[in-house]
Amino acid sequence: MNEFFKHLKYVLTENPVTLIAGGLFMTLVVIAVFGPVLVPYDPLASNAALTLKPPSWEHWFGTDQLGRDVFSRVLIATRLDLAIAVSAVAISFIVGSVLGSLAGFFGGWTDRIVGRLTDTIMAFPLFVLAMGIVAAMGNTVENIVYATAIINLPFYARVARTEVNVRRNADFVLAARLAGNSSLRLLATQIYPNMLPPMMVQISLNMGWAILNAAGLSFIGLGVRPPTAEWGIMVAEGAGYIVSGEWWLALFPGAALMLAVFCFNLLGDGLRDLIDPRRRT
Amino acid sequence: MNGNGKLRMIIGRLGQSIPSVIGIIIVTFVLTRALPGDPAVYFAGPAATPESIQQIRESLGLDKSWPEQFLLYVRDLATGDLGVSISTGFPVAEELLRRLPASLELTLLALIFSISVALPLGIAAATRPNSWVDQLCRLIVTAGVSLPVFFTGLFMVYIFYYLLGFAPSPLGRLDIIYLSPPQVTGFYTIDALIDGDLEVFGAALAQLIMPAVTLGTFTLAPLARMTRGAMLQVLSSDFIRTARASGLRRSTVLYTYAFRNALLPILTTLGMVFSFMLGSNVLVEKVFAWPGIGSFAIEALIVSDYVAVQGFVLAMALLYVALNLTIDILYTLVDPRVGLDD
Repeated sequence: MNEFFKHLKYVLTENPVTLIAGGLFMTLVVIAVFGPVLVPYDPLASNAALTLKPPSWEHWFGTDQLGRDVFSRVLIATRLDLAIAVSAVAISFIVGSVLGSLAGFFGGWTDRIVGRLTDTIMAFPLFVLAMGIVAAMGNTVENIVYATAIINLPFYARVARTEVNVRRNADFVLAARLAGNSSLRLLATQIYPNMLPPMMVQISLNMGWAILNAAGLSFIGLGVRPPTAEWGIMVAEGAGYIVSGEWWLALFPGAALMLAVFCFNLLGDGLRDLIDPRRRT
Repeated sequence: MNGNGKLRMIIGRLGQSIPSVIGIIIVTFVLTRALPGDPAVYFAGPAATPESIQQIRESLGLDKSWPEQFLLYVRDLATGDLGVSISTGFPVAEELLRRLPASLELTLLALIFSISVALPLGIAAATRPNSWVDQLCRLIVTAGVSLPVFFTGLFMVYIFYYLLGFAPSPLGRLDIIYLSPPQVTGFYTIDALIDGDLEVFGAALAQLIMPAVTLGTFTLAPLARMTRGAMLQVLSSDFIRTARASGLRRSTVLYTYAFRNALLPILTTLGMVFSFMLGSNVLVEKVFAWPGIGSFAIEALIVSDYVAVQGFVLAMALLYVALNLTIDILYTLVDPRVGLDD
């Protein structure tokens, strides 16, 4: 464990970008958890006297077409955006890693069926498939989560399959088998925990993409409904005001979205360095 | 013999795409039948009577068993019938075909843009590791995948249309003061050239540039990253060292020897790039009010025109399979090693 922290310290100090990304991540988490306490104004309270005001000391990010404070709305939206992405990634991680491990461990028909399933999902342009799923299952936030989870499933299943496959006949697994453990028990207690580190990298790299996807879906009017504050829908609402010069409506939620995605991508790269130093680029 | 080997590989690859197509058809069938509630009630509209619902159920074949319904669905697809769009009243296939040129024109120009930026950038970064070009490449690669396309698009509109006034208003394929050129290919720029009308060509190109650059910026990142990686790997190989030691010119080593070998992994990445592109196309079309199939799908989604949406999903998936197939065949043709074994 001491070794690990040494390596962690090395990775963080070697590449300050990872440190910044870590700091940014913590900030996002704090905002997501304490958002309602931190906001200066009610994010849903409209004020007819203060519509479309540019950023000022009172309203850092300006006000929107209904006089709502953009800063408060951007802050509040963090929780919803992260919640959608986290639940989607959690579902695809759990289902994907289980399916992938079974395929990698048992091979044969299990492998063929899981492989066919992931190939079929990958045969679609993923964002388009997500649109189709939401259209078929109904236009709700839960379905945005499921759709995002389904399109990310193949990535987890593939990583899990490879990771399990290379360890299936490793010496420590054979030793455990010789000690009388059943196959499923071997998979659950010996192999599965060992593939978690590479999966963590996948999760972090995938989070950014999940956030982008969910925001993209709400940008085209799926899932989240107004007046709920969410980054994608806020950019969509602000889009109409860009051509008349009211840039702050779309810029700030868009920038928050970009920052969150950027943070997860950098963090993923950092985690990869931490876990697998050989694959550094 | 060599030609035969390649031909056989191409035919084999064509065969491999059949399961994907079957999978796609099954998924879209399930999606069209998984409508919330009873599809017959939905299609019958608000003023439906039990008789009219039953009539619609029979006309749609919904009273039959699932396997029978599936066979009917496949039979309709085979004749190019994707159903009728409720919002426009026209067959979905017709609607999609009419809008396809607009989307293709945008996507192709975006692809040309992203390839012409990503390849030189990746090559430059790989030949000078850790230089400023390499850092720039790394920055662009990370920023490129983090930027939501709708956000980039909107800010290009703000800067180039509102602030600087260079760009025309981001509404559609052609400013309303121009008439669209006589249709030949459906690509406004090419049609205008065929017509010999340079003014319309300029106007169409001006409308096209911003959305294409927006879309291209997003796909630039994976391409540049792959080019850099592939070039780095090739440049460190023995045959490059030998070529250099033999005193060949730098450009010969770089382009004739290294780049041609690096091209193969880059071609493979193009498949993933197309997946991104077809998805982001929808978002870019919404930002720029581009009258392509993506806008059609969004309009259909808003009015709950599910037949149209699923027709769109199916069309995009088949297009994607076709694109991947083309890439793989190109790969087979480009790779000198393929087909030598037999």
